[in-house]
Amino acid sequence: MGKRQVDDRFKKFGTVSFTAISKINEFISELEKGRVMGTRCKGCGLVFFPPRADCYQCLGSNMDWFEVSGTGKLVTYSQLQFAPKGFDRDLPYSIALLDYGDYKVFGRIADNLGSDDIQVGMTMKTAVNRLPNGQINYVFESV
Amino acid sequence: MGKVAIIGVGQSAFVRSYPGSIRELAFEGFKDAMVDAKITSTDIGASVICSAPEYDKQRSPAGVFAEYLGLNPQPTFYVESLCSSSSMGLRLAYSLVASGLHDVVAVIGFQKMSEISSSESQERMGRGGDIQWESPFGTMMPAYYAMYARGHMERYGTSLDDLARIRVKAATYGQLNDKAVYRKPVTFEMFTDPENRMAGPVASPLRVGDCCANADGSSCLIVANEEKARAFSQKPIWIRGLGAATTSVNLAGRDLFSGLSVAQQASAQAYQMAGITAQDVDVAEVHDCFTIAEMMAYEDLGFAKPGEGKDLIGSKETYKEGRIPVNVDGGLLSKGHPIGATGGSQIRTIVLQLRGEAGDIQVKGPEIGLVHNIGGVGLYGNVTILGR
Repeated sequence: MGKRQVDDRFKKFGTVSFTAISKINEFISELEKGRVMGTRCKGCGLVFFPPRADCYQCLGSNMDWFEVSGTGKLVTYSQLQFAPKGFDRDLPYSIALLDYGDYKVFGRIADNLGSDDIQVGMTMKTAVNRLPNGQINYVFESV
Repeated sequence: MGKVAIIGVGQSAFVRSYPGSIRELAFEGFKDAMVDAKITSTDIGASVICSAPEYDKQRSPAGVFAEYLGLNPQPTFYVESLCSSSSMGLRLAYSLVASGLHDVVAVIGFQKMSEISSSESQERMGRGGDIQWESPFGTMMPAYYAMYARGHMERYGTSLDDLARIRVKAATYGQLNDKAVYRKPVTFEMFTDPENRMAGPVASPLRVGDCCANADGSSCLIVANEEKARAFSQKPIWIRGLGAATTSVNLAGRDLFSGLSVAQQASAQAYQMAGITAQDVDVAEVHDCFTIAEMMAYEDLGFAKPGEGKDLIGSKETYKEGRIPVNVDGGLLSKGHPIGATGGSQIRTIVLQLRGEAGDIQVKGPEIGLVHNIGGVGLYGNVTILGR
């Protein structure tokens, strides 16, 4: 008899994940397939990104997945010259917020974009990104 | 509800590395407030201990402090709302006293940030954001506030020079504060010299000089009902307005990136409770963990219209002699920011101002003072209005 399998897929999210077990672990499997997904409440239609297992509006817990597709506008960003513990090897990197209208996405800007290439208000898309340490996240790319 | 007063205020010096344990650090602020209030521990009906978690080995510090400060067998409470913990503690103390449950309550804030290294501290501070969806991208407080700085600059044309002027003001008064961690002069020219440490990049657009320092420290407020306040104190300072608000922890759940919604909501509540407007405030302490935070506070509190905070600092209206003096104790930028102790220290400054006991930084004859204390990146907002 082996140990009971623990679904700890979320530990793969980002350079360092601080969460292992979540009801929306399917998000990670979708990332592995190249898709960034949010959830939409089956009860009331409210849209969530980041995805949630539970709806605060109708208190339902039945969700449909939808793909974060198309483009958004860059709301704001910051390039870090210092990093918290565990992120030093990623420096320099930029964290940012992208507005898709119905929802916003918090993430990183793709490393291949220099500071001259980044402007608030620019159109960007969200893409899955493999990190050198084997982890997975998503980044914003120019279109 | 009866009136509630602050009858004693105290704080330790804020220092880089406190040479003692957390209970000994808490004792310093507590003793200062007890001497100020001229009461003994048997006069206190309950204590409220305030800090952000995960800096200390000690679990449940409230019970340990209650014993060390001579506050057994009275009940004790532990309150946490990150950097606004002790303002939230004051809100709890107000309700405990106003309800009639206790006559006198001590609010003790503390933080010994030097228990851990600077990069560990950045990681913990960053985990005041959304640990599931933001922290895995490598977030930290300066970068979050930098995103607001960028938002403010894009929307209103605020410049790095405008932000530097806020740090220069802070240092003007920090030099006069013997409890501040940073007491050196800071000039505008330091920010324009790329070789100067103040101009060094941290998280664009914010520079070293835009950020406050970690510190160890404690603060204490003694809160009393009207009967006890009049019996114990010659100069009780009354709590006239309280406001508190929350918002989405993840920036993705927010709409405003040139101000803090929690500060706008908390100040509206506090003004209404006090029956005043922003124009009635004579002196203020605002949560300047970063220069941009003070800039946004000017506007969120109604001292300036949205986008006009830069004109307020540009014309020096927030200096001691100005229309609305702000952070004339040096602010967090000079004092340092021992998270759980910060709100209590801000409130102490305003109480001393209203009593006319602020020494070199005394503003002329203030009747009404305001404290703006923010937790996390605008996650928690607390505004407290005090009056003579």
